[in-house]
Amino acid sequence: MIEFKVETTSRGIGVVTPVGRLNMVSARRLGEVVTELVGAGTNRIVVDMAQTDFMDSSGLGALIAGLKTTRQAGGDLRLACPTEQIQTVLELTNLNKVLRPRPTVEGAFDA
Amino acid sequence: MTMRQALLRLMVVVVVVLGVNYVTWRWLFSVNWSAWPIAVPLVVAETYSLVDSLLFCLTMWRRKERGEPDPPDPEATVDVLVTTYNEPLDLVMTTARAAKAISFPHETWILDDGNRPELRALAESEGIGWITRSADWDDRPRHAKAGNINNALLATEGEFLLILDADQVPEPQILDRTLGYFRDERMAVVQTPQFFVNVPDDDPLGSQAPLFYGPIQEGKDGWNAAFFCGSNAVLRREALMQLGVWRYAGEIEIAVHRALRTSKDVLAKARADLGSDDAHATQALDKVAYDLGRARRELGRGVAIADVTYRFQRRVASIARELVSTDVDALHADLAAIAELEATTDEAGDAGLALVDDAALRRMSERDWSPLGALATVQSLVSSVDVDRGEEAQPVMPMATISVTEDMATCMRLHALGWSSAYHGEQLAFGLAPEDLKTMLTQRLRWAQGTMQVMFRENPMVQQGLTVAQKLMYLGTMWSYLSGFFAVVYLAAPIIYLTLGVLPVDSLGSDFFVRLIPFLVVNQLLFLYVGWKRRTWRGLQYSLALFPVWIKAFTSAFGSVFLGRALDFAVTPKVRTEGAGRPWHLVKPQLVAMGALVAAAGVGLVRLQVGQASPLGTWVNLAWVVYDLLVLGVVVKAVRYDGWVDPETPSPPIEQPRHKHRLTTKGAA
Repeated sequence: MIEFKVETTSRGIGVVTPVGRLNMVSARRLGEVVTELVGAGTNRIVVDMAQTDFMDSSGLGALIAGLKTTRQAGGDLRLACPTEQIQTVLELTNLNKVLRPRPTVEGAFDA
Repeated sequence: MTMRQALLRLMVVVVVVLGVNYVTWRWLFSVNWSAWPIAVPLVVAETYSLVDSLLFCLTMWRRKERGEPDPPDPEATVDVLVTTYNEPLDLVMTTARAAKAISFPHETWILDDGNRPELRALAESEGIGWITRSADWDDRPRHAKAGNINNALLATEGEFLLILDADQVPEPQILDRTLGYFRDERMAVVQTPQFFVNVPDDDPLGSQAPLFYGPIQEGKDGWNAAFFCGSNAVLRREALMQLGVWRYAGEIEIAVHRALRTSKDVLAKARADLGSDDAHATQALDKVAYDLGRARRELGRGVAIADVTYRFQRRVASIARELVSTDVDALHADLAAIAELEATTDEAGDAGLALVDDAALRRMSERDWSPLGALATVQSLVSSVDVDRGEEAQPVMPMATISVTEDMATCMRLHALGWSSAYHGEQLAFGLAPEDLKTMLTQRLRWAQGTMQVMFRENPMVQQGLTVAQKLMYLGTMWSYLSGFFAVVYLAAPIIYLTLGVLPVDSLGSDFFVRLIPFLVVNQLLFLYVGWKRRTWRGLQYSLALFPVWIKAFTSAFGSVFLGRALDFAVTPKVRTEGAGRPWHLVKPQLVAMGALVAAAGVGLVRLQVGQASPLGTWVNLAWVVYDLLVLGVVVKAVRYDGWVDPETPSPPIEQPRHKHRLTTKGAA
C-alpha cells in the first residue's frame, strides 16, 4: 500500500513523500495530491522518492502529469533521492533526459 | 518440424524460385520496349505482385498456431473497456452487459466519447463504470478512439485492459483464454479474431477476414509481429504506459531542439515586424534571444531538459514583467497628464479611466497577456521550449495519435520497444459488420488511409528496435494497400491488346508460358493450402475490386501527411436510406472498367474474325478479361445486397454504428 506525506517548507515549497509502491494503483492519487497543492497556491513541489520502494511507468506518468500541473501554474516539480530502481526506470524510458533527480530534498530548488 | 510445416516451406521455396525466375526473365528478355507506355507499367505491376507474393511467403514461413493457452494468474487485475462514440444505447449496453458477465474478476467500463447522460444513467444503474473525456480535452485535439482510450487509461488502474468495440459482444471465457499469455513478462498484446454475426454465408461485402484472422496473423505471430487490431485484444498497461512515457521524453526532446533551432529565424522576423519605433520590445526580444542561446548551450552540455526549460521560462516571465512595468510607467504618466488636463478644464473626470488598476495590468505579464505574447510567433516559440505539452490534453499519450488506425501504429511502437505480441486464434467475441455498401466503403477507406498514414509517418523499414522480419511484416500489410495503382494496369493491359493489338510482352511463345504458368499454379496451390477450408475468394476479389478506394486512400493520406490537407472521410449515415435505389454510383469506376473490358472483348473478337489479331494473343487476353470480370463482378453483388436478415428470427435490420476503427482485414493477395 501507499501513503503520501505532504508538507510545506518555510520557503513555500511543497514536499510530497510517497511511502510504499508508486504504481498503477496509486499513481492517480499522486496526481491529485499535486493538484491540491497547486490549487492551494504551492506551485513548487519536490517529490521525495527516498521511501518509494517501487515505481512503474504509471508512476512516471503521474510525475509527468504533476510536472505539467506545476509548470502551468508557473512553478516546477522536482524529483529527489531516487532509489536505484527508480533511477533505472527513468533511464529505461529516456525520461532522465528530461527530469534530473536531485540528491537532497532541501537543495532540490537551489539549482 | 511437422509434416504440414515442411510441405508449406517446400511450396514457399518453389514459389520464390519460380516467381523470381519469371520476373527476372520478364525484365531482362521480354519487355516489348517499343510499346513502353503499357509494357513498362505492366512489368512494374508484375514486380509489385511478386514482392507481395514474397512477403506472403515470408509470413507463412514461421506460421505459429498456438494451442491451449496457459491459465491466467488468478491475481491479475483487469479493466474491460467498451469504446463508444455514437452507437445506439441498446447496442452499447448489450456489449457492456456481456462484458460485465465475463467470468474472470474484472471491472467493466463504458468509454463514452459521446458524453451521453442517458448512457451514463443506464450504465450506473447496472453497476457498470462510465468514463467520458476530462475537461483537459476541451479545445484540444481529441484523437478519436486513441484519445478515448488514453483518457480512460488515466482513470482506471487494472494491470490489463481488454478493449472492445461497442458492437463486439464478448464470451464469458474471453479473459480466461487470453490472460495466460501474460505470464510471459514481455507480452504486451494478445489479439483474438474479429468475427461478424450479421453476415450471410456468401459474405457479399467481404466483411469476414478469414485469411487475415488466421494464417496471416499466425504467420506474423511466428515473427513476433502479431498485429493489434483495435478490438477484442488484451493489453498490458505497463507496456502502454512505458510506451507513453518513452514517447513523451522523445517528443519533448525533439520539440525543444526544433524550437531552439528555428528560434533565430523566428526572432529575426519578429524584430522586422516590430519595426524600429518600439525600442522596449526590441530590447526584450534581444534578451529572449540571449536566453535562447543560453538554453541551447546548456542542452549541449547535457543539462536536463526540464531544468533548462524552467530557467528559460522564468527568464521570459521576468523579461515580460519588465516590459509591462515600463509600459505601466508610461501609462501612469499619461494618466497623470490626463488628470491634470481634466483638473485644469475643471470638468467631471471620466470614471472609466480611473478604473485602470495595477492588478489588471499585472495580469498582462502572465503568459498570454504579455506584450511578448502579442507576437504570436514568439509566443509559440517560447511555449515550445517547455515540458508541459500544453497543446495536448495529456502529456502522456500511450495510444498512438499519428493515424486513424491507432492500433497498428501503437503495436509497431510496442514491438520497437522490445515488447511481444501474440495471436490467439479462437473466436471469443462476436461483432457486427456494416450492412450496406456505402458504410463498408467508408470503413475500408479509413483502414487503408490509416495504414498509409503510418507508412508515411513512421515507415517500419526505418524504425529502430524492430527486427528485419518485424519490419517486413508491417511492410507486407502496407504493401498490399498499394495494389490500387497496379490493378489499373492489370485492367488496362488486355483492353489495350484487344483493341489496339499492342502486346506488352515480346512474344506469347512457349518461353513465356513455361515460366508464367508454373509460377501461377504453385502460387495458387500455396494460397489454397494456406487458406484450406477458409473462404478466401471474396477477399481476393475485393483486394482488386476496391482499387479506387486504395488509390484514394494513398492520395488522401499522402495529402494529409505531406501537404497538410485534412483527411477527408465522409461521415456515413447511421440509418440506411430506404427506397433510395441501388447505390450504383458508389462503384462507378468499377462499372466503367467492366464495360470497357466487355467492349474490348467484342472488338478483340471482331479483329480476330477479320484476321487482324493473332488467335493465341486474343484468347489469352480474353481469358484475362474473363478473370477480371469475375473479380470485379463482386461489386454488383455488393450493390444488390439488402442487408442482413436473420434466417431464424426475421427482424428489422440492426442500426449500424458509424465510427468503426479496425485494422486491415484485407487478404494478402
